[in-house]
Amino acid sequence: MVPLSYYLVLSAFLFACGVAGFLLKRNIITIFMSIELMLNGVNLSFVAFAAQWGNLSGQIFVFFVMVVAAAEAAVGLAIIIAVYRTRDTLNVDRVNLLKL
Amino acid sequence: MVHLILFLVFGAVCVAGAINLILQTHPIQSALSLIVVMASLAAEYLLLGAEFVAAVQVIVYAGAIMVLFVFVIMLLNAGTEEVTHGSKIAEFIGLPSLLLLGVLMVWAVTHHSTTSVAAGSLYGDPKTIGRLLFNQYLLPFEVTSILILIAIMGAVVLAGRPEMSNIQADTPRKDA
Repeated sequence: MVPLSYYLVLSAFLFACGVAGFLLKRNIITIFMSIELMLNGVNLSFVAFAAQWGNLSGQIFVFFVMVVAAAEAAVGLAIIIAVYRTRDTLNVDRVNLLKL
Repeated sequence: MVHLILFLVFGAVCVAGAINLILQTHPIQSALSLIVVMASLAAEYLLLGAEFVAAVQVIVYAGAIMVLFVFVIMLLNAGTEEVTHGSKIAEFIGLPSLLLLGVLMVWAVTHHSTTSVAAGSLYGDPKTIGRLLFNQYLLPFEVTSILILIAIMGAVVLAGRPEMSNIQADTPRKDA
């Protein structure tokens, strides 16, 4: 028997790591991977709550989150390629066309 | 007891991978740590009885999505991250508030839930998930196919080569 709070703490830690990576990293690909890390953290709480309440809907939602993550990864990486083509850099600090 | 030990082992691997993702400066090393995180999360899902989700986690996340990431890193020849300094506000307010948020979350979660998850109490095998997916959740499931179709078209349009007719023939392109 593992307490539910252990799963939630692990999930919160993964999410916090994702947020930290998103804010601290400068490489656009690593920032994108931090977003995937956040999605994984949320998925873990979905599955933990599904087991807690004996309801399989949580696992179905994880499936949908994965579908959205896959679509997001495909479009996001295409955007990264387009940015690299026009700006010749992966550093987000150099992609500052909309900055005042 | 065995489940608790397994949870702690895979949780430790997961945490180590997540920290390593932030600390590494080369994107390929971050990608490999993310694969470690996803693989150990699949083990955590198995401990929770979610067999189908664990299998999909390995196939879709650790397989397909991460291959896409590694492919793009190789394609763009991404090197070590160059260090540019962000604003000082981020260092002096952002990081402490992130720590505060973490402490608050841990406190809230550990003080307001005393229940335990019995390992394998809920059995998410492919048969049960499939029945649920094709009966109760049929409409959302079909809508995801449209989402995927739009994502495919978007990726092709965005990553495709720009129209050659827009470019003068006498100026050689870098990426041609």
